[in-house]
Amino acid sequence: MEALDPLVLARLQFAANITFHILFPTITIALCWALLFFRWRWVATRNVAWLGAYRLWTKVFALSFAMGVVSGITMSFQFGTNWPGFMERVGNIAGPLLGYEVLTAFFLEATFLGVMLFGHGKVSERVHLFATLMVALGTTASAFWILALNSWMQTPAGFYVENGQYHVVSWLAVIFNPSFPYRFSHVLLASGLTAAFLIAGLSAWQILRRHDTPATAVALRTALIAGAILIPIQIFVGDLHGLNTLAHQPQKIAAIEGVWETERGAPLLLFALPDETTRSNHFEVGVPKAASLILKHDPEDEIRGLNEFEGRHPPVAPLFWGFRIMVGVGLLMLATSWAGVWALRRRAPHALPRGLLWGLVGMTFSGWVATVAGWYVTEIGRQPYLVFGELLTRDLVGPAPAASIAVSLTAYLVTYLVLIVAYVSVLFYLASKPADTQGARA
Amino acid sequence: MSFEQFLPLYFFVILGVAMLLYVLLDGFDLGVGLLLPLAPEADKDRMIAAIGPFWDANETWLVLGVGILLIAFPQAHGQILGALYLPVTAMLIGLILRGVAFDFRVKARDHHKYLWNRSFFAGSLIATLAQGWMLGRYVTGFGEGAGHQAFALLIALTLPAAYVMLGGCWLLLKSEGALQENARRWARASLVPVALGLLLISLATPWVSETVRERWFAMPAFLALLPIPLISVLALAGLAWVLQRSGVRDEFAWLPFVLAVVILLMGFFGLAYSLYPYVIMDRMTLWAAAASTPALTVIFFGTVVTVPAILAYTAFAYWVFRGKSTPLNYG
Ligand code: HDD
Ligand code: HEM
Ligand code: HEM
Repeated sequence: MEALDPLVLARLQFAANITFHILFPTITIALCWALLFFRWRWVATRNVAWLGAYRLWTKVFALSFAMGVVSGITMSFQFGTNWPGFMERVGNIAGPLLGYEVLTAFFLEATFLGVMLFGHGKVSERVHLFATLMVALGTTASAFWILALNSWMQTPAGFYVENGQYHVVSWLAVIFNPSFPYRFSHVLLASGLTAAFLIAGLSAWQILRRHDTPATAVALRTALIAGAILIPIQIFVGDLHGLNTLAHQPQKIAAIEGVWETERGAPLLLFALPDETTRSNHFEVGVPKAASLILKHDPEDEIRGLNEFEGRHPPVAPLFWGFRIMVGVGLLMLATSWAGVWALRRRAPHALPRGLLWGLVGMTFSGWVATVAGWYVTEIGRQPYLVFGELLTRDLVGPAPAASIAVSLTAYLVTYLVLIVAYVSVLFYLASKPADTQGARA
Repeated sequence: MSFEQFLPLYFFVILGVAMLLYVLLDGFDLGVGLLLPLAPEADKDRMIAAIGPFWDANETWLVLGVGILLIAFPQAHGQILGALYLPVTAMLIGLILRGVAFDFRVKARDHHKYLWNRSFFAGSLIATLAQGWMLGRYVTGFGEGAGHQAFALLIALTLPAAYVMLGGCWLLLKSEGALQENARRWARASLVPVALGLLLISLATPWVSETVRERWFAMPAFLALLPIPLISVLALAGLAWVLQRSGVRDEFAWLPFVLAVVILLMGFFGLAYSLYPYVIMDRMTLWAAAASTPALTVIFFGTVVTVPAILAYTAFAYWVFRGKSTPLNYG
């Protein structure tokens, strides 16, 4: 039975687990730096608004971090349960990268987390700030190592192969492989934007529900300004990232752009329904020559089409649409954050136009949408390879029988569904508790 | 021994230490999870407060363990996790349920709190049973047949008792008043199943594994190994004795936890002796499973620098939260 193919199931399971996992790191990485900022403002100004913001967002952070940790522990078993072949072949490269992540990042963040969350009154304010800084450095370092590995799988470098085993020639070349700098910056910025829109959205909700306090005002202002600064940088970095991908994974870009035949002056498609059976698009709507202009900075230049890579290119529709969702959300972020900052010039946060506040509430989880869409473009775009150009996914799947995978996949999905619903509703519940209980209770 | 041969051995030791620390540290907080339903409503928050600042770092030892398995023994890693596919899933879902319950139970609406308390208990139980089962399967080299399954079941049923013992002793150390008195009772109640379980496991292991039989019942070795069971018995008897005294609630509150650790430590030494040098019992030695020397060297220097640092800041974190636990708050 096609649907119960262990390969398909193993991929689905891995995708489900990592998708659930990334939702939380993408919040915690940046939120931790935001907490450091709130706390530092409180210590520096003794304005209780900052303390209130720190307390509310520490609750959100603690909850998100716990979700990140438990789903991350799941991830660390996934390589072994689902892709044993992966470690047997590239273990000499992937192993040390994952090892350094555990040794330099996970212990740091997990150990100082206790002091950060519950250490008030037991350690001095300085030691507390230091503990918070260690957690922030830990989460960021963890992104560094895991993205080094992921980028290496996209654009492998610095290795040689002997008897099917991969060995390292240069660790610097492995870690700082061609796509790493772009991916690392793009992901950190994505985290900043996700956290900024989360804070802005829940703060706007507090105002609309009249549960706002001075803490809401400082949090909303900080988030809107951060969002307005980060989003243009993100668009710029995203463009560079795309150019880098064009150089190393041209078939991925061809799928993103929906270009089947190699052509000069390729149009930028705004809408199309790519169809792999006819190897063409239906209902195309595009801007003439714009794709060539964006990707090659010359409207007449050539874009290589998918037909050059027949049998070796990723599925087209998910990339085409995933990319448009990510960029679409990015443009919405640009519009809302700039409108917000503009409005803040003349009005206090609680007096912002209701339409804008509702818009922000609607954007609360926009960072999740763009992040997941972006990762899907990246990861599905790597198919049919697991290590791009080197190893095929289908050759490395584990021996677990389809039935086992199906059982565990179902169990994970049910758990995740319940937890996502609980998480989102608890966030809104925390935001709508009256201000005086916004106190210290963990 | 050349550096090349030493490296796999070194990582085998690190792997063992990581798993030992995991069992001792997450053991006490899983044990507290198992005890949660027994406590009156008012004490539940205090029980959680006694483990709240530590649980995350405790679980990181499991991540290090599986990480070392993956880094240093890639050839064994896939086989082991493949053979344990379903119990691994069960354990992970258990750890998820309890890990998130820590935070949800105090943040959700009040009338949902009992649900998260249950999830905390259920998750702790599922994770513990799954870990015991996996240990049992692992020791026999994933042997087939009813005897091997029964052996795994025996360990699966003993581990919850061992974790309750650790958890009870930990609470005794970290709490006061009625909760402390309860903790003493719980720890005492766990001793019979722990003793029985350990006895049965010790009798069954040589019986399910020929390798173990040969190792333990050869003459000079047998005498050299005698301290392991002897110390376990003494520690168990000592623990039973101190848990009867009321003085244990004051200045000697640390003693039961130390004795409980000694018992598990002996179990660990016995297991390590039985297994060495196999990563997969009777099938793959640690040298056969090891990754290439350059890869191991890179991570060797990493561990030499970071493991002492990790131990130092872990000690710091435990020191910050020394003494009786106080209600958790985000200040
Ligand atoms: C861009 C960032 C990022 C990405 C792509 C991943 N992770 Fe992650 N992970 C983190 C960023 C992160 C983090 C920020 O460090 C976490 C998340 C939430 C948290 O609180 O720490 C974390 C937690 C976390 C933990 C728990 C650590 C602890 O005990 O503190 C493990 C074991 C993993 N992750 C493992 C993985 C694996 C095996 C991944 C890939 C397949 C992975 N993560 C992708
Ligand atoms: C964090 C965000 C990530 C998301 C949302 C994500 C998403 C996905 C998806 C959707 C797939 C399935 C692709 C397919 O089979 O068509 C996949 C596969 C995979 N990803 Fe990721 N991924 C992420 C990060 C990572 C990282 C950091 C690594 C490794 C370091 C990684 C390693 C893999 C592997 C080994 C597979 C399975 C083999 C394959 O299908 O190619 N992923 N991921
Ligand atoms: C608006 C302009 C944007 C452009 C031009 C852009 C461009 C890209 C490109 C080309 C990729 C795929 C790279 C590859 O697979 O090789 C990518 C991936 C990704 N994007 Fe974007 N992006 C934009 C906005 C955003 C926004 C707003 C977010 C999130 C808030 C985001 C999050 C991500 C993530 C998480 C990935 C996957 C990780 C990676 O490969 O970097 N992007 N982006």
